[in-house]
Amino acid sequence: MDKVRFGHSIVPYLFLLPQMAVVAVFFYLPAGEAVRSSFFLEDPFGFSSTFVGLDNYADVLSSTEYRRVAIFTVWFTVLVALFALAIALLLAVKADTVLRGAKTYRTLLMWVYAIAPPVAGLLGILLFDQHVGPFVDIASWFGWNLRIGVNYYDTAFAMIATAVWYQVAVNFIFFLSGLQSIPRAVREAALIDCRSGLRRFFTVTLPLLTPTAFFLLVINVTYALFDTFGLIDLMTKNEPGNNPVTLVYKVFLDGFRGNDLGGSSAQSVILMIVVFALTLVQFRFMERRVHYA
Amino acid sequence: MARLHIDQVSKIYTGTQRAVDAVSIDVDDGEFLVLVGPSGCGKSTLLRMIAGLEAITEGAITIGERVVNDLDPAARDIAMVFQNYALYPHMKVYDNMAYGLRNRGIARDEIDRRVREAATTLELGPLLERKPRELSGGQRQRVAMGRAIVRNPAAFLFDEPLSNLDAKLRSHMRVEIKHLQRSLGITSVYVTHDQLEAMTLADKLVVMNAGKVEQIGAPLDVYERPASTFVASFIGAPAMNLIPFSALGDDGRLGLRDATVATIGFRPQDIIEVANDNEDGDGLSLRFVVDAVEPVGSESYLHGKVGAERVVVRIDGRAPHREGDRIGIAVPSERLHAFDADGRRLEGWRTPDAVGDAGTAMRKTRAT
Repeated sequence: MDKVRFGHSIVPYLFLLPQMAVVAVFFYLPAGEAVRSSFFLEDPFGFSSTFVGLDNYADVLSSTEYRRVAIFTVWFTVLVALFALAIALLLAVKADTVLRGAKTYRTLLMWVYAIAPPVAGLLGILLFDQHVGPFVDIASWFGWNLRIGVNYYDTAFAMIATAVWYQVAVNFIFFLSGLQSIPRAVREAALIDCRSGLRRFFTVTLPLLTPTAFFLLVINVTYALFDTFGLIDLMTKNEPGNNPVTLVYKVFLDGFRGNDLGGSSAQSVILMIVVFALTLVQFRFMERRVHYA
Repeated sequence: MARLHIDQVSKIYTGTQRAVDAVSIDVDDGEFLVLVGPSGCGKSTLLRMIAGLEAITEGAITIGERVVNDLDPAARDIAMVFQNYALYPHMKVYDNMAYGLRNRGIARDEIDRRVREAATTLELGPLLERKPRELSGGQRQRVAMGRAIVRNPAAFLFDEPLSNLDAKLRSHMRVEIKHLQRSLGITSVYVTHDQLEAMTLADKLVVMNAGKVEQIGAPLDVYERPASTFVASFIGAPAMNLIPFSALGDDGRLGLRDATVATIGFRPQDIIEVANDNEDGDGLSLRFVVDAVEPVGSESYLHGKVGAERVVVRIDGRAPHREGDRIGIAVPSERLHAFDADGRRLEGWRTPDAVGDAGTAMRKTRAT
């Protein structure tokens, strides 16, 4: 069948223009500017800049501080994505089997999603607060003296827990709808073919959930890498000192606190490359094992 | 292989609404039982209770020697073929068939032997390495059959397995299912809303309506002697003509033994056309006005009215009739069915002497 064609009209481009303008102004322009300034050494007062070639990159990559933050970012991302996905999947599978009061139960589990991210961050901080936070009390029952913002690992723990807590609701919604899109008859056929519920889950339910899980993995990695900025900012209370931060937060720290625009630009260019590579890897290698029924 | 015993089984969903109401059926070893009825009559619910996919509210279901009420579906030794095949989309055809066996800890080479044997029987050999989405509807249907066959269960359960296929494939698969069930000799319960499928497949036919069993019997017995007006109108196509007895304006010539007859029924093919004002012949004589002619090739159906009642008449070959034609029709007395006010079949409703008297009795002519 022939496609409908509009000839060489400019109309379609006019329709695309607003979207392209937004992308250009808010992505290509800053990205280009970041690439450009990553080759320059900026005078702290913004009066002049000197071309330094790849020096900014060499400085960043040879810095032990940068390596430490990078390693923390990897751990942070892996743990947040892993726990946010695993807990949400468990809740979704359990919620899916609930018959009585299913709606109330599901609404309560999605509740958190309705909270704006900064508010969620504040709530998380409140839960881990040194004086009124219930988690600090609970930890102390087990002899664990949680010191958020002081102890590196305690802060990291609180960050990961809060980030997971907020993301579980989103993942739960997607997993639940993914579960409900598995045909009832297929589940029933599995009931007849396999007596063990656990085995049924791993051989039938989980493989049929892989499109949802793959989508959520991409979303969760992106979330842990970039959307946790506000959370980290609140948790470290603007005093990064000995506290753990991620690469994205470090870009902000070095650029706007350290006034090292060149080095910070180099870092953001490196991040761009990492994201690009990550996307390629995810789609090239993961998609092969995903069953789109 | 096993007997299946359904004893006073009911399904109550909420409050007092009975989806299945005190149903008792016995299925002999190797017998092909068909549950037929309109949608919502409870036939699928009953099948799902046998499979263990629905809880049994009241009564007991026995497969072989075991009461299975509280057993998991996987522990009941049944295999089920679903309406939309319910194949595992992420598994190859081979794995779809092997899955149930692997979970039962059967040896690898035994699984392989059974799958290949079933694949040969069902001509699935070249398709074993394919995924379900690469198969046609008929092929998927055969894989679903294969998945049941390899299990070699005590009973097969079929939930409208052919309703997603086109008409030609459906009649082909119907013959195949019957043949397969005969050669394997496995007790089977088959649910359908298609009366033709039910008639051709069943050893024993169960007609259900509103959660209750209307009639159990051999297909032709059910056809020849429907137990109620519901069965009479459901089994056989086109449906049996049912006319309120009062509409016939009987003057006693039908030879009623008692006055409980509420409805008279006769099948379209039992009607013979007679010359107008024919006063001879045994049975019922009526005036019929043609509304529409439906030629099907080997036969034709005349749709029309007797008085205010709709009646369908079957004519061999091409019908020369046109809309608006008035013709005389007659039904031999032994082809008449009578039902009481509750729609139950009446036997021996005519006086013996009336049955033999051809000339005057049992004939009713009604001017139109």
